[in-house]
Amino acid sequence: MTVAAPILHVLTALVASPLLLGVIRRVKAWMSGRKGAPLLQSYYDIVRLLNKGAVYSRTTTWVFRAGPMVGLAAVLVALTLVPLGGVPALMRFQGDLVLFAALLGLLRFFYVLAALDTGSAFEGMGASREIQFSALAEPALLLGLAAMARTTHELSLSPMYDEISFDLVIAPSGAVMLVAVAFLIVFLTENSRLPIDDPNTHLELTMIHEVMVLDHSGPDLAFVEYTSALKLWVLGALLVGIAVPVRTDLWYLDLLAGVAGMFALAVVTGILESTMARLRLSRVPQFLVAAVVFSGLALVLVLR
Amino acid sequence: MVLWLVAAVLVLLASGVAAVSLSTRPVVAAAVGAWGAVVGCLLGLPAVVAGLAGHASAVTLPWSMPLGSLSIAIDPLSAVFAAPVLVVGALAAIYGQCATHTGGIRHNPGWPWLGYDALLAAMIVVTIARNGVLFLLGWEVMSLASFFLVMNDHDKDHVRRAAWTYLIAMHLGTAFLFAMFARLGAGAGSLDFAVLGRFAATSPEATLVFLLALVGFGTKAGFVPVHVWAPDADTVAPSHVAAVMSGVMTKMGIYGLLRVFLLLGDAAAWWGWALVVVGAASGVVGVTFALAQQDLKRLLAYSSVENLGIVAMGLGVGVLGVAQGNPAVAALGFAGALLHVLNHSLFKSLLFLGAGAIVHVTATKRIDALGGVLKRMPTTGAAMIVGALAISALPPLNGFVGELLIYLGAFQGVAGTNDLAAAWPMRSLLVLAALALISGLAAATFTKVVGIALLGEPRTKAAAHAHETPRGMRAPMVVLATLCVLLGLGAPLALEAVRQAVLSLTPGAMVADVSARLVEARGQLVWVTVGGGMFLSLLGGLMLLRRWLLKGREVTQSGTWDCGYIAPTERMQYSGASFAEPLLRLFSSLLRPTAQLVLPNGLFPTYAKRHNDANEPFVDHGYRPIFQAFAWVAAHLRWVQRGHIQMYVLYIAATLIVLLVWKLG
Amino acid sequence: MQAWLDTLVVLLILTNLRLVGSSRLFACVRTVAVQGLLLGLLPVLVQWNTLTWRPALLAAGSTFLKAGVFPWLLRRAVRDVGLRREVDPVVGYSTSLLITMGLLGVTLYLGQRLPPAGLFESQLMTPVAIFTILVGLFLIVARRTAVMQVLGYLAMENGIYAFGMALAVEEPVLVELGILLDVFMGVFVMGIAIFNISREFDHIDTDRLSVLKD
Repeated sequence: MTVAAPILHVLTALVASPLLLGVIRRVKAWMSGRKGAPLLQSYYDIVRLLNKGAVYSRTTTWVFRAGPMVGLAAVLVALTLVPLGGVPALMRFQGDLVLFAALLGLLRFFYVLAALDTGSAFEGMGASREIQFSALAEPALLLGLAAMARTTHELSLSPMYDEISFDLVIAPSGAVMLVAVAFLIVFLTENSRLPIDDPNTHLELTMIHEVMVLDHSGPDLAFVEYTSALKLWVLGALLVGIAVPVRTDLWYLDLLAGVAGMFALAVVTGILESTMARLRLSRVPQFLVAAVVFSGLALVLVLR
Repeated sequence: MVLWLVAAVLVLLASGVAAVSLSTRPVVAAAVGAWGAVVGCLLGLPAVVAGLAGHASAVTLPWSMPLGSLSIAIDPLSAVFAAPVLVVGALAAIYGQCATHTGGIRHNPGWPWLGYDALLAAMIVVTIARNGVLFLLGWEVMSLASFFLVMNDHDKDHVRRAAWTYLIAMHLGTAFLFAMFARLGAGAGSLDFAVLGRFAATSPEATLVFLLALVGFGTKAGFVPVHVWAPDADTVAPSHVAAVMSGVMTKMGIYGLLRVFLLLGDAAAWWGWALVVVGAASGVVGVTFALAQQDLKRLLAYSSVENLGIVAMGLGVGVLGVAQGNPAVAALGFAGALLHVLNHSLFKSLLFLGAGAIVHVTATKRIDALGGVLKRMPTTGAAMIVGALAISALPPLNGFVGELLIYLGAFQGVAGTNDLAAAWPMRSLLVLAALALISGLAAATFTKVVGIALLGEPRTKAAAHAHETPRGMRAPMVVLATLCVLLGLGAPLALEAVRQAVLSLTPGAMVADVSARLVEARGQLVWVTVGGGMFLSLLGGLMLLRRWLLKGREVTQSGTWDCGYIAPTERMQYSGASFAEPLLRLFSSLLRPTAQLVLPNGLFPTYAKRHNDANEPFVDHGYRPIFQAFAWVAAHLRWVQRGHIQMYVLYIAATLIVLLVWKLG
Repeated sequence: MQAWLDTLVVLLILTNLRLVGSSRLFACVRTVAVQGLLLGLLPVLVQWNTLTWRPALLAAGSTFLKAGVFPWLLRRAVRDVGLRREVDPVVGYSTSLLITMGLLGVTLYLGQRLPPAGLFESQLMTPVAIFTILVGLFLIVARRTAVMQVLGYLAMENGIYAFGMALAVEEPVLVELGILLDVFMGVFVMGIAIFNISREFDHIDTDRLSVLKD
């Protein structure tokens, strides 16, 4: 394995992640019979926002301004920890999976603080929901990773994902498959997708992630948008690594398969979003507990 | 080296007594008490540093002691637990002097300072004692000194109630310790640690000793369900005392447990299980209750229950690792637990000092009455945000490091390649699930603290008139916050500090292996440093980028986007209670909250109210019925008390006769 | 074929979890039907090479009852009652799921201590059979509507069947037949009872029927 592969993966993610959002939107548009926005719309948005000035609420402090920057920095570090299928991560060490989860926690912590800093009731509501749902998604993620650690006898994400093979995924006990289902739910939750959160809603009362970032503007909002795209990528990579168990010895084939998997995941997400209704808010925890149960079941199955 | 600590104890006691004797000049008395504490703590530092580096030193003083000799010693384990006493003790003393100074001195300040200095001295004695009697003496002084400090505002009813609860809890705990030492010393005829009885791990004696120690020391550490004293006592104690009690004194329980493990020699595997279960229960219960609290200091006290639970889980993982002969699990569990001991003492005292500063200037502890404090108290607020990040175990701060190691220990238990590692995988499952749940809930708890109390608009006049505290109160917090950052970024060095202590906890046959595993773990922590450095430099880069982007552009200030409302007020802000409610609903069967609800009524509703109370079901459904049963029995035995001297003489005579008949008959 | 036993057993666990985690009565009835079907497949997988007509016929018969007749009866009962959801269970759904996970952990732990079942390659079979029985009991305890309680009985019966399969193959089928008959009567009577109770009282909460005890 050459050192070029991880670097290329990070670069691909940096460049291509907003495209994932474009693909999801396009698929949703097609499914509902519309033409949809250009595939590159996310890029246009980010560039346009970067070129604007900013408006800040008089209530806010430095915490509000720090939120988007901390979030982007955290997700960038997380990107260097996550492998894409057979392509290892830039940084890999025993326990990187805990650091990965903690970095996402740092991002969330500051987003929630930034939302509460505005003093808006709506943003408080979004913050409250975000922290509630992620508190349940985190055990699902970590228990799932523990099940994978048990299956592969590895404690670092890169070698762990390198071990995954087609045979392992379709193994009769189905543990890896269960983990994949749990990760899909975590992926949808953490990226504020249906059926947990509707990224397109225009009612503040029903939003979760979008309402948290209502007050950001200009470059800050550009950071937020880019962070969302990258978060989609890093969490998607965890899922794609299982769902696309292509491990050749050629790194460029692995990378290609991984990137193709990411876009396939974007298409699947678009289809899921078009075909599913949003869960009632009080039912979301149950959905997330189901994810925890899937992860836990997988772990119990591999532990016995 | 250990004599430095003796000197520290003497200086502490002397300055405390001096403070009392200077009662005619309160300002001087406070200064003597506080700066005496600082000097005493500084005096002890060389011994602790040497101890951390692995230089054990023991002294037997020529002084007679019942049941043994007056022997004291410092070893790496003692040093790990003495270090927070000195660091936090000194910083909290500076803070406390400033806080009492500016807050107006009502009582004679000499007595509280004697209590404070005696508390620090007693904790040092506990860590260096190598004789059961001396240990218990220190332990008792520690409990009594802190009791008097909790009693500080004794003219208030709830303070007295909290203090009495605390005293009763401490003495019940100490009773178990007396029994434990009696059992340990039964064969040896002396309570010197060097000769105390060693039992095989599986023997009933060892089991008994372990259980007594778990209850006795667990009461001090605040494990569930013997945590009930902590929320009350830490809430009413002065903030610098609460910082020491919650941040440092609770750790003495952990120290006692570890010392007993060392005394006993081997540990049975099920002890590890017990610690893991107790730790997981304390962690989850503690953090859930913390999230439910409306009172800032009470919330912090419950969060200590959670963090001590994490420490217990780490110890449990370590003990299981030793029992299985798995050096990696043992090394990671013990190292994680000890690092978390150090880290928690820093950020918890930081948070208590910060909370104290807020209470000091706003005179309210209710989170929902605060808001906008960060703008008015920039330094205090920023330090508290650092503390909140650290306690939520977020990188690159120190709280993350200990939890990472415990996580890794549990993951090792799951993923280990050899059969040994898989012997008890279920407890790893328990640790992992509990830690993951705790970290999510801790994030919720501390976003609530920071987001509601520090950010947004002030919700009351008191919060609006908050102002920054004097430098003497801010400086200790800044130091503690800096230490949190440094120990986080310098994680490999922090691990080095507890290395010797971890090795002293592992049995001789495993030391080489564990040592090798610690070197490996250090390698992994280097990556955490790298990641943290990368994060900070990226953050710096983004700040520059943003500044460059916004240069020359229009940056305006306006109101918060109000979603179309015409007149938003600060009372429309989300409150802490509503922020936490959705998560708490999931745990309602544990919390058993009570709510009063007055629904809006009619076409033009004028009055509506919802009031949630966080209860303590362990008291309501556990202890209160038991104590009420005692009270009932006692009430029915009151006829014995007639108040006539003749009756009492009759009792004595009757007892005598019964004894005589029993002995001679 | 025995390699697929694990898959089957995991699917069995999942049906149990769904039974515990869902409030929709139709979905639960369907889940029990699927469970019956899975259990019907069990002897086929176990004895793929040595399958004789007698156990095959018995298995087919019980599968027909459990995956066909019972669900059909229950569906009718639920439809007639007009109740779609169990709204206010004794134990909430999230909590139920977590408790069930705990039960699974305990049974798997206990399963390690049991002697391995002779005919199976899957070590999961015995613990999961016990697990299914426990889930059935749990449903009876934690749900209020009579339909869910009947489903609990059915799950318990499925567990007993699986347990019998795990211990040996031939004999328990006869035992099983006896139990099946009981359950059949039970479902039949309950189906009629549910219908009649709901016609009389407008609800099928067993809690609220307790005043009729005299």
